Amino acid sequence: MSDFPRWKYALVIVVLALGVLYAVPNIFQRQPAVQISANRGATVDQALDTRVDGILKKHHIPVVKSELDSKKHRLLIRFANPEIQLKASDAIKEALGDKYVVALNLASTVPDWLRSIHANSMRLGLDLQGGVHFLMEVDQQAVRDKQENAYTEDIRSLLRDHRIRYINVAKASNGVGVNAVLRSSADRDKAATLIASNYPDLTLANGASNDNRYVLTARLSEDKLRELAQKAITQNVGTLRNRINSLGVSEPLIQQQGDSRIVVELAGVQDTAEAKKLLGATATLEYRADYGTPQDAIQAEKTGIVPPEARLYHMRSGQPVLLSKKVIATGDQLLNASSGVDPQTGTPSVSVTLNSAAAKRMFDFTSANVGKLMGVVYKETIPETKVIDGKKVRTSKTTEVVINNATIQGVFSNKFQTTGLESPEAASQLALLLRSGSLAAPVQIVEERVIGPSLGRDNIHKGVLAVLVGLAAVLLCAGIYYKLFGLVADIALFFNLVLLVAVMSMIGVTLTMPGIAGIVLTLGMAIDSNVLICERVREELRNGSTPLASIRAGYEKAWSTILDANVTHLLAALALMTMGTGSIKGFGVTLFIGILTSLFTSVTVTHAITALLHGGRKLKSLSV
Amino acid sequence: MEIFNPHSNIHFLRLRRFTIGIAIFLVAASLVLIYTKGLNYGLDFTGGVVVEVQYQQSVDIADVRQALDKGGFGHSVVQPLGGTREVLIRLQPKDDPKALDKNGKVNVDQVAQDVLSALKAAGEKVTIKQHSFVSSEVGASLRTKGIYAVIFVIIGIMAYLWIRFERRFAVAALLTEIHDAVVTVGIFALTQRQFDLTVLASVMAVVGYSINDKVVVFDRVRELFRLARKADPEEILNRSINSTLSRTIITSLLTGITMLCLFLMGGPVVHGFAITMMIGIVVGTLSSIFIASPILLWLGVSKKDLMPRTRDNPELARRP
Repeated sequence: MSDFPRWKYALVIVVLALGVLYAVPNIFQRQPAVQISANRGATVDQALDTRVDGILKKHHIPVVKSELDSKKHRLLIRFANPEIQLKASDAIKEALGDKYVVALNLASTVPDWLRSIHANSMRLGLDLQGGVHFLMEVDQQAVRDKQENAYTEDIRSLLRDHRIRYINVAKASNGVGVNAVLRSSADRDKAATLIASNYPDLTLANGASNDNRYVLTARLSEDKLRELAQKAITQNVGTLRNRINSLGVSEPLIQQQGDSRIVVELAGVQDTAEAKKLLGATATLEYRADYGTPQDAIQAEKTGIVPPEARLYHMRSGQPVLLSKKVIATGDQLLNASSGVDPQTGTPSVSVTLNSAAAKRMFDFTSANVGKLMGVVYKETIPETKVIDGKKVRTSKTTEVVINNATIQGVFSNKFQTTGLESPEAASQLALLLRSGSLAAPVQIVEERVIGPSLGRDNIHKGVLAVLVGLAAVLLCAGIYYKLFGLVADIALFFNLVLLVAVMSMIGVTLTMPGIAGIVLTLGMAIDSNVLICERVREELRNGSTPLASIRAGYEKAWSTILDANVTHLLAALALMTMGTGSIKGFGVTLFIGILTSLFTSVTVTHAITALLHGGRKLKSLSV
Repeated sequence: MEIFNPHSNIHFLRLRRFTIGIAIFLVAASLVLIYTKGLNYGLDFTGGVVVEVQYQQSVDIADVRQALDKGGFGHSVVQPLGGTREVLIRLQPKDDPKALDKNGKVNVDQVAQDVLSALKAAGEKVTIKQHSFVSSEVGASLRTKGIYAVIFVIIGIMAYLWIRFERRFAVAALLTEIHDAVVTVGIFALTQRQFDLTVLASVMAVVGYSINDKVVVFDRVRELFRLARKADPEEILNRSINSTLSRTIITSLLTGITMLCLFLMGGPVVHGFAITMMIGIVVGTLSSIFIASPILLWLGVSKKDLMPRTRDNPELARRP
């Protein structure tokens, strides 16, 4: 037919072929598997493969296939069903110990040639495969506090270095800003100039002053604060990823949401308490020199008078300990920590590796203090919500416990051991937390969902059924009502589903239950364009046009309507996408893509088929 | 096959005082219902804890309530979840003091276990399917976001219609959109069905669907005005409704059928979505026929408003 150019036929064929190619991977069902990757120090190689094979044989667990991926340093073992997978995972975990991370996984069964052209199946949301969902919020106040505390130190030494005498430099009592109290107005001006030139991120203001107290208040600028908050989020995301990796979850989703929130989705995890403990707590160590004698500590506890260079801590047993205010090394200077058993005492221990800055300080300190004590403070920050004056206030409680106050046995720098931990479990837990690095700011879980795996399987089964039955119903109705034109529309509708799935797979949309609802809705509404076209063609026929002219006029006149109707609909889908929380976003994205693909299939594809069927023939009537 | 008489000429606009009257009544009644009865907000918006449990045998909701009352969860909301064996229980963390630690932080796993033991105390075999927790802050921020999104949709669509058609069409669409959204939400207030994030999303999908319907009629109105030599607005509007009637109803039926399939097959997760869409399709279809055009007539739409403004760009009027 003259009004349907050849290049459009080519376009239709190419697009549909690509659509089929990229939609096909979704037919391949994922297979339960166990993924083994190495922790620090261990390697994944042929030897491990043989070893794991032996473990599974010993437990009589049948293996479908095991694959060694030397590039990604992981071993993937597939099993016939989830029950076998669980049994295998437990057996392997027990035998390999904590040198390896053993994770449950749903392995793709898509053939390699498809994967090589990046044709993969859609990722399934938690509601379709089970797992836990957390929404976490970063404590912005803690971010500010941490930075201002650091500035307090810096300002003190800056003033000292430039011989400006001050009465006091401390964090403001209202929690925002640092107050420096100086002796004269001239000193204050000098200090202000000095601070401004050294720390451009601080905004300075003169506070209340009387005869001999001149207050200068330094605050973090809003820009700096925002930058810090963003950094805190980024670091938290990184740290969470590390921690979750050691939890052994395959394909975890960890994403920033908004200014201060992080979404964590762990497919397949059922033990939420364990996951939460890891996600919520922040732990760090502080190595500090012991101060005075044990008697001094008991004295300080009794009288409440603590020497100015020291701080009063307590051991786990409740025994008071005085430690120097100077910190030798902190948890964030840790490069690595691993648990084990100390060969000398036989107690559980954590071996620690420090970075060079901390190593140097540690070396200096231990060189001068062999035979003396050095305390290890375990600082744990637990986020919490309190109600103050009827308002919810989010705070975090820091508990500091001296877990060890041991004699320095010799000079060391970057590698040493902390011994005397309660149990092997406590040691490995502490090592795990330390290894993951210290969090920049405490995070709090503000949303939590747990979806069982059977519910997930149930959902996906029902969802697919709904799509298929919905499709069949529309195909049937359209075919009966519009006869040949209806059948053509049916073909287009089927390809609409194929294209929709292909595009969603290509751009990596996560399929959720609302997404499936979106697919069903798209199918129902995509047929609208064809209804419009068919009704127009019928109208033209009634008005006495020839069949071919009716087809042409039908498509031409309907197009303007279809376009307007779909653009307005796209706007609605766009709003759903941008409103964007989790599953609703999935629905919006599906709808948006569906409207675009339906424009192509309902108009261009049906036109191509119609033109092919009716072109070049003399027609007396149309089957519409 | 044709169900509708192609030459039908039902005088829809003659009923306009009556239909608009009903529409105003429905909107007013919905607003009153939303205001007085309020919406049964789901976990997404209220915050709190939801525990979904599955009984081995079918169970009476009243019995579940009684068991929870006994266990000290008198304030919880109990809803059946598709069928008679699955039940959803929503409660606030403060309902379970045992699960709060001394700092007021809730242990959600503990709440779930406490609810389960309260239910088990009644002697039924029951297991937990899933449980969720949303803090009230998150809920509140979602609600605000949702309202903004609905406003964004309505204004965006209005702007598009203003540019592509004409001011009066935009206003008519806006008013009918508000009608559709308010009446749909009103039905949720009346039935006290749970209003959650999925339902909010489907209300927006209803707005999108219904505007689709209006645009088809409006398009015909524009076309007929341009073609007609003697353009009596009332007659043209009526003819537009009649000639698009078949399409309006067929499309609504087909979309309705898919939503029915989703409702029947898709399980409880998508019930809220499918029901909202079905309500919205009925409301939207009726408003396309009975409300949008009368408003257009009263706003005084005329032939000269719709003629292409620039002769040198007829492309704009009729794209191939």
